[in-house]
Amino acid sequence: MVHMKAGAAALVAALLMTTAASAEQRVLKYNADYDPIPLAAMEALIVDFEAANPDVDVQLNNFDHEGYKTAIRNFLTTDAPDLANWYAGNRMAPFVKAGQFQDVTDVWDANGLNDSLGSAAASMTIDGKKWGVPYTYYQWGIYFNKDAYKAAGVDVPAATGVDWATFVSNCEKFKAAGIDCLTTGTKALWPGAGIFDYMSLRTNGYEWHMDLANGKIAWTDPSVKKVFTELGKVQPYVTANHAAIDWQDAAALLVQGKAANYVMGNFAVGVFKEGGMTNDNLGFMAFPEITPGIPRSEDAPTDTIHIPAGAKNVADAKTFLAFVASADAQTKLNAAIGQLPTNKNSTVAADDPFITAGFAMLSSAHALSQFFDRDAPAEMAKAGMEGIQQFLVQPEELDNILARLEQVRGQVYK
Amino acid sequence: MSAYWKANQRRLAPWIFLAPGLLIFAVYVIVPIFQSMLYSFYDWDGLSDPVWIGTENYVELASDPNMVTSFKNNIIWLVLYMLAVPLGLFIAIFLNQTVRGIRIYKSLFFFPFVISQVVVGLIFSWFYAPGFGLLYKVIEAITGTGVAVLADPDLVTYGIIAAGLWPQVAYVMILYLTGLNNVAPDQVEAARLDGAKGWRMLWYVILPQLRPATFIAVVVTVIGALRSFDLVSIMTSGGPFGSSRVLSYYMFEQALSEYGYRMGYGAAIAVVLFAIMMVFISGFIWKMWRDETER
Repeated sequence: MVHMKAGAAALVAALLMTTAASAEQRVLKYNADYDPIPLAAMEALIVDFEAANPDVDVQLNNFDHEGYKTAIRNFLTTDAPDLANWYAGNRMAPFVKAGQFQDVTDVWDANGLNDSLGSAAASMTIDGKKWGVPYTYYQWGIYFNKDAYKAAGVDVPAATGVDWATFVSNCEKFKAAGIDCLTTGTKALWPGAGIFDYMSLRTNGYEWHMDLANGKIAWTDPSVKKVFTELGKVQPYVTANHAAIDWQDAAALLVQGKAANYVMGNFAVGVFKEGGMTNDNLGFMAFPEITPGIPRSEDAPTDTIHIPAGAKNVADAKTFLAFVASADAQTKLNAAIGQLPTNKNSTVAADDPFITAGFAMLSSAHALSQFFDRDAPAEMAKAGMEGIQQFLVQPEELDNILARLEQVRGQVYK
Repeated sequence: MSAYWKANQRRLAPWIFLAPGLLIFAVYVIVPIFQSMLYSFYDWDGLSDPVWIGTENYVELASDPNMVTSFKNNIIWLVLYMLAVPLGLFIAIFLNQTVRGIRIYKSLFFFPFVISQVVVGLIFSWFYAPGFGLLYKVIEAITGTGVAVLADPDLVTYGIIAAGLWPQVAYVMILYLTGLNNVAPDQVEAARLDGAKGWRMLWYVILPQLRPATFIAVVVTVIGALRSFDLVSIMTSGGPFGSSRVLSYYMFEQALSEYGYRMGYGAAIAVVLFAIMMVFISGFIWKMWRDETER
């Protein structure tokens, strides 16, 4: 009996202590999917946030990157955190339409984000409301091996890039030298979509590209054929067997000088450098202009933070969003992860030529698209990427591919 | 109560022992089957409220070119996977001898079945890999140009089946090895006295005695072929452009993968796959039941 009493007293004391702690500190639960380097960067940022808001305790619950895509669907409905990572564009549409994310337009208005995050505003907007806050993005473009250019006797492109005709004629020279002009690894499908995005953005422009992604243009339309005609010009020079290799395998081809150009996102720079490339022989340029006069738009996939509808601590979650959106926080975070801040008042590391080139390229772009699999609804994206892959392998099948995509379009956008 | 228990103890006891198994089987197998059938009549993304659309999913399935590819591949799988039975028998007969160290050889032949399908898939991916794969290099050395099996829409399914056969042959082999242990030596002896040997001995004396083993081998091979998911997922993810899809993988893609979340459509595919499996399963059950009652 005595023991029981002592135990009960201890239990009561413990309960009192936890209530005391929670009265002092409000818990902010944050579910995320960071890889190790971004995780460390975000943890550092959270320390800053907690220093500025000592009454808030941010509990970061980090998931495996791939597993998160499944997990988020479960925890949003069953055990919603106060903050959750996701992506901009059409990728967040299913959650917004299902009422799983909260409208955070007030955070944008109260903190002047419509101006400072202007380049990402469109991709965060659905039905005229903002549904989250972007914290990082990265540029896509052509990464090239200068040594491969020299080996094939082709002029190394200047920082301003080359025009489309030169790019295509260079490909013939690379072919003669036994080097793949353009490499990619489409086993996971999405790397091929990067090439298609640029063909589309450069041939018909951003507005057309978004209309296509949103199902407003028939895949059998002649304007779509135009994109594939341009893609067909470089198709013979794309790495053979790309359908069986991953993007990292293709990166190895570029590093080894077996391939000259690679349409990729900036995250690939780390892989190129691990393979032994340096700022001296790794080059970067914007994708060449195809149709003259079309304003230059770029792919810049944006990572975002949202407040789930079931969040318990909305007030602090909004404070956190405002903090992550601030110029200083974005400068610090993106310096650590080697990507670009979405806040235009942030600064980037001047000693990284790819980051500075990307920042300049994106801040002067006409518009930013998210990437084919984030701009188009999931089902259309999957079918589209398979079609692109098939075209790169069997260009003669184009009419069948487009007819099938048109059939999918009929089902997806009802 | 206790009087009732005493009177019916023998009748009730089996059900009490069966209860936990039956309960789990009902909750995890029987109920989900009917749930899947129900979901297949809905349009549901797993987040919003399901919308009743009747048979629309099945109508769409009928005209879905991916479904045709998956179905065709499933049939190729079923047919070619059957090779595991004669191959396994051949190896089992070959290994059914008493020489020094035979146990080591047997376990080495059994090894592919022990390792995970994921590992088998990775090994074969590297075997086929363009640029550095062994098979690619060998073909390149002979013909001058390498063949990337997993990038070729016409070869990819065969490439994956070859990978699947490796562990499946080992599995069938072990079934036959145990079967061969039970072959009656006196019958073999008698057949030998009657002058039977070689093929005739195998066909008329050994194989009839191996019928139970053959039955099990066919059952596990059919089921293995129909649930060929892991190898497709690991080696190609259904690619290139969906040409190596099978029904089970297509179901996963539609219902649960990154670009899927069409639960209703995935459930409809599951129902079709279930119907195909039911044909085989009821055949097997019917045969087993017949064998039981004949005895």
